[in-house]
Amino acid sequence: MKNIVFIQANSALSKAAYEVVSYAQQLGGTVKVLATGNLPSEALSALGSYGASEVVVNRAITSNDDQMIAAWIAKHSEDANNLVFSHDFNGKAIAPRLSVKLKAGFISGAVALPEPDGSVKVNVFSGKAFGYVKSNTAQRIISLLPNSIVPNSTGNVCSVLEVNEPMGEPRVKVLSVKKPEGTIPLPEAELVVSAGRGLKGPENWGMIEDLAQALGAATACSRPVADIGWRPHHEHVGQTGVAIRPNLYIAVGISGAIQHLAGVNGSKVIVVINPDAEAPFFKAADYGVVGDAFEVVPKLIEAVKNFRANS
Amino acid sequence: MKILVCISKAPDTTSKIAFTQDNSRFDENGVQYIVNPYDEWYALVRALEIKETVGADVTIITVGNSSDEAIMRKALAIGADEAVRIDAEPTDAYYVATAIADFAKDKSFDLVLTGKETINFNGSQLGGMIAEALESPYVSIASKLDVSGNTLTLEREIAGGVEVVEVSLPAVVSCAKGMAEQRIPNMRGIMAARTKPLQVVVPKNAEQLTSYVAFASPAAKSGVKLIDTNNMDELVSLLHNEAKVI
Repeated sequence: MKNIVFIQANSALSKAAYEVVSYAQQLGGTVKVLATGNLPSEALSALGSYGASEVVVNRAITSNDDQMIAAWIAKHSEDANNLVFSHDFNGKAIAPRLSVKLKAGFISGAVALPEPDGSVKVNVFSGKAFGYVKSNTAQRIISLLPNSIVPNSTGNVCSVLEVNEPMGEPRVKVLSVKKPEGTIPLPEAELVVSAGRGLKGPENWGMIEDLAQALGAATACSRPVADIGWRPHHEHVGQTGVAIRPNLYIAVGISGAIQHLAGVNGSKVIVVINPDAEAPFFKAADYGVVGDAFEVVPKLIEAVKNFRANS
Repeated sequence: MKILVCISKAPDTTSKIAFTQDNSRFDENGVQYIVNPYDEWYALVRALEIKETVGADVTIITVGNSSDEAIMRKALAIGADEAVRIDAEPTDAYYVATAIADFAKDKSFDLVLTGKETINFNGSQLGGMIAEALESPYVSIASKLDVSGNTLTLEREIAGGVEVVEVSLPAVVSCAKGMAEQRIPNMRGIMAARTKPLQVVVPKNAEQLTSYVAFASPAAKSGVKLIDTNNMDELVSLLHNEAKVI
């Protein structure tokens, strides 16, 4: 079995990179990583620890151009059985192109390794259900939802080959990049603190940010809060926003409408803080605190800080 | 300019999701279908805003059977000029994308818009597949789209941020929140939609590359453990020792 994995690596290897490499390794056979980005070879060689047999990094591709990246991957994957991507902005742009280019079945949003019958469990109905999808072609493409598997580390290193293969001129020209400093991207976050209308106003988000900071969590919000402009749209989690599956999701002042639950019920553990004991969110929660956010959150911040200081 | 907006039907966002007894198919009993929100709220409405500001001819297209004409009339009522239905079962994204690309390839559309994903299959596959089949550039998960002459300026999601990009037409774009605001069709729109052209075409040579073999519902939570407001140390300790998430 030959597996190809695509990653993009700039300042560091992402958690998603470890996940896709580890996933491909568990499919069995060899794992060749095709990489773009400017991360030095020494850092890329750490992918060996997660099962990479070799890494080939193309220094000629310096952008996120899906057309160029897909063309490069296609050139190197003729005999590959599986092509594995993270189901992130890159995977969502490159993998569909490859499916058409290679005429290979594309299974997107995988949450687990293949079943004995060869089907792969995927997220459908925005987290309200799972589907099992089979590829009808011998070569298949899989995109893995972030935070779905725990990467295995072996401590090995692997060889890294630097190549310069220009793939033409990009047709999508990048004018600028806006990156909020020091924040954790939501889809990759392991811990998420989220708040809704129960907070009464955008001026009250300080304690949510404090709690997130104490935990090392990302911040999120419900749809109404993004719609009325209290919080930026990219923080909106739910059926029509970002779907997330962190290890811990803390929901403050969110009632838990079905559309919101859809985007977050892949979370491993859910904590709900709400003054209304009848809020539907408590039915989907593992731990609940019936109480006023303005009373509970400061106490929780205190407790987290004490815990962090003593561990 | 000519804009093609790809729309798909999706169960209403409040739908309870259930499957047939053998878990092989989605149980459509009592399900109300809507236009997939990303296709309607962002792709279609932005196309209409472009029509209103710089002028455009907006065609909507879907792959499905005659029961899908209800959601197509809704899109026409919101303001699309004409509608095309490719008369086939939308078996997988590859099938839908190649059928749409095959229809679009000799019709010189300047811009093809899709939602970033559907709320029923969440694949994010269609736009990239159409782009590849039409050999067009593709901008995925765009939250802003402006047209100036033959050039599009867009903002799109990247890891932990936003990229501002520029691309020449023709192009394919998948649309996300931020691009436009939902519109409710008015009575005039609903009346006008009844007489707008709705063309039915037969797909050629389309095939599917993947199949759903089964569905499953997520396991129910075993019940919430309530913690007193004065006991936040206990909550932290449970998250650490019992749930092992911090």
